[in-house]
Amino acid sequence: MANPLPQPVERENYLNKEYGVWSWLLTTDHKRIALLYLLSITFFFFIGGFFALLIRLELLTPAGDLVQADTYNKLFTMHGMVMVFFFLIPSIPAVLGNFLVPLMVGAKDLAFPRINLLSWYLYIIGGVMMLHCMLTGGVDTGWTFYAPFSTAFTNTKIVEAGLAIFVAGFSSILTGLNFVVTIHRMRAPGMTWSRLPLFIWAHYATSIIQLLGTPVIAITIVLVAAERTLHLGIFDPKLGGDPLLFQHLFWFYSHPAVYIMILPAMGVVTEIIACFSRKRIFGYHFVALSSIAIAVFGFLVWAHHMFVAGISIYAALVFSFLSYAVAVPSAIKVFNWTATLYKGSIHYDAPMLYAFGFLGLFTIGGLTGLFLAALGIDVHVTDTYFVVAHFHYIMVGGAVMGYLGGMHFWWPKISGRLYPEGWARLAALIVFIGFNLTFFPQFILGYMGMPRRYYDYSHMPEFQVLNVLSTAGATVLGVGYLLPMIYFLWSMRYGKPAPDNPWNAAGLEWKTTSPPPTFNFEEEPVVTWEAYNYDELDAPHPQEVPVAR
Amino acid sequence: MAGRVDALYIFLLIVCGMMTLLIFVCLIYFAARYRYRPGVRAEQIEGSTPLEIVWSTIPFLVFMVIFGWGAVVYFQERTPPRDATEVYVVAKQWMWKLEHAEGQREINELHVPVGQDVKMIMTSQDVIHSFFVPAFRIKQDVLPGRYTVAWFRATKPGVYHLFCAEYCGTQHSGMVGDVVVMEPAQYEAWMNGGSTGPLSATGEKVFAELGCSTCHRADAQGRGPNLQGVFGKPVQLEDGRTLVADENYIRECILDPGAKRVKGFQPIMPTFQGLVSEEQVNALVAYIKSLSPAKPAAAGADKTSASTDANRNSEGSQVE
Repeated sequence: MANPLPQPVERENYLNKEYGVWSWLLTTDHKRIALLYLLSITFFFFIGGFFALLIRLELLTPAGDLVQADTYNKLFTMHGMVMVFFFLIPSIPAVLGNFLVPLMVGAKDLAFPRINLLSWYLYIIGGVMMLHCMLTGGVDTGWTFYAPFSTAFTNTKIVEAGLAIFVAGFSSILTGLNFVVTIHRMRAPGMTWSRLPLFIWAHYATSIIQLLGTPVIAITIVLVAAERTLHLGIFDPKLGGDPLLFQHLFWFYSHPAVYIMILPAMGVVTEIIACFSRKRIFGYHFVALSSIAIAVFGFLVWAHHMFVAGISIYAALVFSFLSYAVAVPSAIKVFNWTATLYKGSIHYDAPMLYAFGFLGLFTIGGLTGLFLAALGIDVHVTDTYFVVAHFHYIMVGGAVMGYLGGMHFWWPKISGRLYPEGWARLAALIVFIGFNLTFFPQFILGYMGMPRRYYDYSHMPEFQVLNVLSTAGATVLGVGYLLPMIYFLWSMRYGKPAPDNPWNAAGLEWKTTSPPPTFNFEEEPVVTWEAYNYDELDAPHPQEVPVAR
Repeated sequence: MAGRVDALYIFLLIVCGMMTLLIFVCLIYFAARYRYRPGVRAEQIEGSTPLEIVWSTIPFLVFMVIFGWGAVVYFQERTPPRDATEVYVVAKQWMWKLEHAEGQREINELHVPVGQDVKMIMTSQDVIHSFFVPAFRIKQDVLPGRYTVAWFRATKPGVYHLFCAEYCGTQHSGMVGDVVVMEPAQYEAWMNGGSTGPLSATGEKVFAELGCSTCHRADAQGRGPNLQGVFGKPVQLEDGRTLVADENYIRECILDPGAKRVKGFQPIMPTFQGLVSEEQVNALVAYIKSLSPAKPAAAGADKTSASTDANRNSEGSQVE
């Protein structure tokens, strides 16, 4: 185990069982598909990140001097589309979820392995269409596609971008379907619902949203394409349509989509906190059910994106109320995580640092949501940098922190290698500092009134100082994101081989080898314990490492 | 209005600051106090239903206070006072066209007197825009095909930013302007330069030019409804519904006359969609509103522009 060089005789596992391109491209192994996703989403993450960097550089000075106005508009549009549809939505579910859901429930694979491969191909087809669209002109509507700008005014590639998202959406639907069926039907003997890791509960809730919400964005895209190409009057008032209808349809998916991004991250963080405080999760059932509550209530708050859009006062009232209702289960989670630390035995390994980062940033992101849900304040801060800061705190501070924490936590299982702990802790710190430096100034900018999606702010040079801070932060953040990619790649070749359970963590995924064999378990596991049985794990021999039977 | 929004904002900052502090202090204290020590094992705790109830209920109650307060502020933001002066706003890629009820036209600039309630009746010629004046804490999307309304009362003279806050294409960030808040006397002087007469008078001309008056006669004999006094009154529709004739209804009747036809009239009116500009629609709306004597002050009374002028002069002289 201590040999730093690749072992000459490795146990057979999912990585070394077969070699060659086709063994990957035609695989139905959920773990290999997870790695295919990992590669693809990392690619899109760096494309989206590159756009973000150009946006921040442009905003360094008030005048529009780095790129053309149209280029800038395409940059923020494609940053949003790539990050939302091709990175954040697939990130944790398609990589960590794909890898871990069967392992955690004690199954050999997902319920539909070939459909799982199909979803990756759909994602890739969508991704290639998006790349083609970007390389041949791109889109300038903002990722929100608001009509009638998108249907009648812009001359950019709306239909192509829409179809790319349409296709990628099916990938998301099929992944959700696979998870729901797997969690219902393929749990190992003894793995009852109340013994499931909370990661699984979070993914179950996420999958429900993917299944029910994604078809709505698909049909919305079809309607946009129909109006744009066939001039059917749906959204454009000149053709007898209603532009607010578009916003209702769009946000009916795109608000729950935020929960597609954050719920899995909550699941990851729950696992990490339990492991590194060596404790069962405080209030297991409340944390589990709060995921379901978020998924359900999440469908009822979409019009809080539309308080100034021209909806009636009374509709706004209802949606404001419901938005506060959905805040309660999120608050419950934060309190339970905090309470889990109480009387724990807390270790500060890299995954835990990311989890702490998540807690801090998600708390700020969530609480600033209270500002936006307050009708009177939303009128002032909506469509400003306040909103930009708020949703980045949730989607980047929350979801990406959770994703990185999860990647560090399960990397030894995925790759069979250990990453350099010191570098990983440093990266966590850099990401946290860089993130706050980038996005905290944007809250202030927003309350000062700087509208989002502004290419040129020479009319209001007073906004420059905060923009410079934000750009400086973005470069720090960029370094923070590059580091893990470098040392993860490094570890694949030079990292120490990982033991089966390096963290002495609970959960079935740690009871098999690192990396796991193709069918996950040599023998079907039988579960007789509750999730997070750290008391038992720590009891007899603190260094005990359960091995595969 | 800015004060009311800021008060709620500060309240939220305090409440959320306290919540953040509570969570962060617990996190940091637990993280330090219960850090790993060799030989010390974590104490397993199942959870606590009473605690769960407490930390669900208390935040919920706090949220409800915020919700209620936010709703009250929103109602104020969304309900223009009855005697506000009116400005018609037409947004287009990428400029703001503003027309005062008194007839002054401006582009990307809005002059208003201090202390006066100003109601903006807004529509867009093309895509969705959003009228945003950060200093007044107001924002309202401006939609094509209908009117939306916003209002403010400036309390301090000065020049304030006017932004388009809804992304609208290439020069979105160039769709900015200024709201110039002036002392009433200065405003008077500004007002008296370059007016083309009240908007309702322009509307009256358009009304005659388009031949509206052949059917919409001031007696009960016309083939169309008599428009005298119709604004702000309930209207009985052919399909049995009743609605109040507001700006949006009048606008819709001009552009899509068949949609909400008045009871007892034949569907003979042609649509004026594409035949009249947004400015002409605004003028027609202003004219039809001026036919409604029920509305007492300001813009409603600009049918008799002389009296409005008189009011203005007296106001001006008081300041002088």
